[in-house]
Amino acid sequence: MTFSLKGAVPRVDQVGTEERAASFTKRSIKGESKREALRLAVSMMDLTTLEGADTKGKVSQLCRKARQPMAARYECPPCAAVCVYPNLVAHAVAELEGSSIAVASVATGFPSGQYPLAIRLADVCDAVAAGATEIDMVISRGAFLEGDHARVSDEIAAVKEACGEVPLKVIFETGELQTYDNVRFVSQLAIEAGADFIKTSTGKVAPAATLPVTLVMVETVRDHFLATGKRVGVKPAGGIRTAKEALQYLVMVKETAGEAWLSPGLFRFGASSLLGDVELQLAKLAEGNYQSADYFSKA
Amino acid sequence: MNAEKPSPPSPTWDYAPALETTTVKLFKQYEHFIDGKFVAPSSGKYFASINPATGKRLTRIAHGTEADINAAVKSARRAYDKVWGPMDPAERSKYLFRIARLIQEKSRELAILESMDGGKPIRESRDFDLPLVAAHFFYYAGWADKLVYAFPGRTPTPLGVAGQVIPWNFPLLMAAWKIAPALACGNTVVLKPAETTSVTAMHLAAIFQEAGLPDGVVNIVTGPGETGAALVAHRGIAKVAFTGSTAVGREIARSLAGSGKKLTLELGGKAANIVFNDAPIEAAVEGAINGIYFNQGHVCCAGSRLFIQESIHDDFVERLKRRLETIRVGDPLDKNTDIGAINSREQLDRITGLIGSGIEEGAVLHESGGALPTEGFWCRPTFFTGVSSSHRIAREEIFGPVLSIMTFRTPAEAVQKANDTCYGLSAGIWTDKGSKVFKIASELKAGVIWANTFNKFDPASPFGGFKESGFGREGGMQGLRDYVVPG
Repeated sequence: MTFSLKGAVPRVDQVGTEERAASFTKRSIKGESKREALRLAVSMMDLTTLEGADTKGKVSQLCRKARQPMAARYECPPCAAVCVYPNLVAHAVAELEGSSIAVASVATGFPSGQYPLAIRLADVCDAVAAGATEIDMVISRGAFLEGDHARVSDEIAAVKEACGEVPLKVIFETGELQTYDNVRFVSQLAIEAGADFIKTSTGKVAPAATLPVTLVMVETVRDHFLATGKRVGVKPAGGIRTAKEALQYLVMVKETAGEAWLSPGLFRFGASSLLGDVELQLAKLAEGNYQSADYFSKA
Repeated sequence: MNAEKPSPPSPTWDYAPALETTTVKLFKQYEHFIDGKFVAPSSGKYFASINPATGKRLTRIAHGTEADINAAVKSARRAYDKVWGPMDPAERSKYLFRIARLIQEKSRELAILESMDGGKPIRESRDFDLPLVAAHFFYYAGWADKLVYAFPGRTPTPLGVAGQVIPWNFPLLMAAWKIAPALACGNTVVLKPAETTSVTAMHLAAIFQEAGLPDGVVNIVTGPGETGAALVAHRGIAKVAFTGSTAVGREIARSLAGSGKKLTLELGGKAANIVFNDAPIEAAVEGAINGIYFNQGHVCCAGSRLFIQESIHDDFVERLKRRLETIRVGDPLDKNTDIGAINSREQLDRITGLIGSGIEEGAVLHESGGALPTEGFWCRPTFFTGVSSSHRIAREEIFGPVLSIMTFRTPAEAVQKANDTCYGLSAGIWTDKGSKVFKIASELKAGVIWANTFNKFDPASPFGGFKESGFGREGGMQGLRDYVVPG
């Protein structure tokens, strides 16, 4: 079975990719530059709760946190989106009314994707009907690893169609695809099938987002832009817990894809605990010293 | 959010300066290190050491003369006869381990001094130079009492006093490459650091003192080229190890003929970095960048000739251009600096001259934009396309951040062009196909060949050249060979 893509899919060297990713961690971000980057990181955050135990109450709290992460004096922007399961979309939409914060819904049989396509598409339609303004789908990793790339591509295209005007993020679960060559290939595949964003992980599999995996994805969207003039976004999700890591991602994006990608329209962090550490750092920059984590609300 | 209608680019986000603190012990004046003590030069003369990032005087360095060399060789000989030569090899090993640990402890200070004195970015002196300096001492410390295993069936004995002359591009690292194997094999040393970068060698001398290394085992005499010439010519030394330019290497080889002294030379290079059309492209771009711009291009094994397979030439050049724009040139002590200052005015003039020749001979110049600091010695990272093998920039070692790009059509042509040089120190091969790596590597005439990487060093790996890049090997078990009589 052969499946060919329009764009080139260059080979990826594992050692070189990891070395390059590590080089971004050597940048030293200080002072005003750090403050600016941390605010940017908050504005790029998809504040996420994806638990079986999620309730309306939990989602309400998350929405309020997304609206105003910190006390006003810190001038911290709101988050980009709140990311929930389809059942809680309507509630999140109501909670976020009047704000510019998006409601992202995971769909297509999240997190495994191991359901018949009809059910997965229905999942998308439900979420969209409930008011989701962004859809985060999962690909069929099983099909990908079987080599049935055409099916993966067709499914993405079908989901895209079901989304209509609602932007689509395609989750690869790179921890299951494992090789950088797979990541580069699936990134190009998803872009050509209509993804508006490509996303690393569900957060349910370890490893989730890593700097080198995200680097390979950012290189793909950059090359796609240079070839076609169209920009696709990237969302690392899961495993990014500290402000320091977030800064490393921003450095990587800036030096790989350029400044244009330093915007919530083209880069997002999928995270649940990252915000807390970013707040701590923003407060430190404002007050001059670190404060107890107890002073910051957890949700 | 909508990717079809991208939101306007956010305002430029740039890195604020992140300066390394310079609260290091920098002396106003540096003396020679002879017989375990810091002694004033017999001439009473000193010369200025310039900080290349400012063009201003950093400190003053003792000007060594023949009298100083005589004293140093005498002290080294005495130490060899009385202490270091007869010493139990396991004891020598302990000293080397102690030195390695002290280097690790003081690595931050040494890295800062290295950057202040030589102009290299702190990121490199901190993450590359210093860890390797310590690693070399650790590595050869391990060999000191195991030499019989390196020369099976034989009884290796030391040579005597080794005279060592080192260059300015990796001042401490080159000192380590020279001193560690010499001492491990039971020799004593007189070292002459490069004129523009003597400071850290003298701090290394202080570490020898602190480690309790017996007096005279290592002596360091600073000065210009003549000081080195006096060392090389001295009748009391048994071996000369030189790293530097091919021109000086030739002179040394000539002057040593018939003297019975052993000689190793690590000279210039004009390495071929070969990118095939099946290469992992992102890694190859990084490899080309790292290959030439690492340490401002002041690297004898720099990948200064980039051969790109014709079918990917244009795309690859575009990628290089984009990558060039993210390279940060500036204050060596800023942790975000990728390319620091050119080591000296003299070197800058040489580089500028060769860039001029490239333009004159018809190659196409590309350089990064952005302003350079106004004081000190600076050169933008530069590459030339449309270079032919006969251009000066394709034949002469530039020793600066200047890359010459050429093309090839077939593997055979790549090998032919790569070997079309008087040098043969290193080479790089970029392809995702393993069998191709081995085939090409076996056909290249170069001492070190990297596959899908570049500028990787390890004390266990021998380093040295073919043809006019010199002879003898430094590093690894092979590095012991030139410091012993195998017996």
